[in-house]
Amino acid sequence: MKKIIFAIAFLIFFSFLMFSAINMRSFGDPVISEMDDYFIENAQKETGSNNVVTSIVFDYRGFDTLGEATVLFTAVVGIVALFRGVK
Amino acid sequence: MNEMSKIVRTVANFVYGFIIIFGFYIIVHGHLTPGGGFQGGAVAASAFALILVSYGTINSQKFLKKDILSLFESFGLTLFILLAFSGLGITFFYNFLANSGNWFGNTAVIGINPGDMNTGGLIPLMNIAVGLEVLSALGVIVLIMAKAAEFTKKKENS
Amino acid sequence: MIDNLPYIAVGLFVGLGVYTLMYKKNLIKIAIGVCLIENGVNLFLITLGYRKGAIAPIYTMAPSGQSMVLPTPQALTLTSIVIGIATTALILSVAMMIYKHYGTLDTDEVRRLRG
Repeated sequence: MKKIIFAIAFLIFFSFLMFSAINMRSFGDPVISEMDDYFIENAQKETGSNNVVTSIVFDYRGFDTLGEATVLFTAVVGIVALFRGVK
Repeated sequence: MNEMSKIVRTVANFVYGFIIIFGFYIIVHGHLTPGGGFQGGAVAASAFALILVSYGTINSQKFLKKDILSLFESFGLTLFILLAFSGLGITFFYNFLANSGNWFGNTAVIGINPGDMNTGGLIPLMNIAVGLEVLSALGVIVLIMAKAAEFTKKKENS
Repeated sequence: MIDNLPYIAVGLFVGLGVYTLMYKKNLIKIAIGVCLIENGVNLFLITLGYRKGAIAPIYTMAPSGQSMVLPTPQALTLTSIVIGIATTALILSVAMMIYKHYGTLDTDEVRRLRG
């Protein structure tokens, strides 16, 4: 009984994924791109670096990078605490 | 794990310096070429994994110590937070060194150009801080899991 | 339909990951399933920001006269990959301590808490 419910649920989920992947908008045509056009135009003048992706990660959205560094630090603290009794 | 043969150890001795220098090259030129702090830190941490695999767990603990790597990781994260607070006169994370003429302060040529390393403002300093933190964090993870793999092994019945 | 091949690949990644989470009983295989779902989501973020016939968004020695790809999804994917590293490392460490304590990695046997 449990196996039939699992199989039906998985088939419904997988058909939903395939149906929405086929009916997505066409590949290579972003519709809304005003924020990224502003970044491509003005990143060299305001930050002074040639790499637009680095200037987004560290200057325009630096707060997300702070959160990510904290997540990596917390993971290392968790692993050191888990293996504390190993000589 | 045990150590490997003489050929593997000799080649690992020779290649280890090149991998570390390549990782630092990717970190420092983060504002001109594709790369940056996270990518360069991951490349340089693979040199630690090479030493660990080719020399065994017990012999490599004389060379890679866990306490010094942990100190570097805390130092990197503290330096990143101090750099974020240093422009607090106007806003949080303000790039006050860009286009100003001081350290890392030249103006970049608009358009396509071969890169000038002296530009960028606060971005190369942040790249070095994050690269130091990612290098040490991945090194500590690999060292502790290799030491704990001996501890959690089940004893074989003879 | 053949033009949307990256989106079909993302659907296959996530579908295989969910199948592994539902039907397998070994703890290491469950960790592989979580890692598969995370890689599928990262691929989806990158393929949303592509323009046909464009180059990478970097101004150093670039060929002239071409448009550039959107740079914002690439910055979000960098953060997501590092969070995936943290998740995988923690789930594998917990699996190692469970093997030390219980002697087996089968999820049907580790159901009862033992003192």
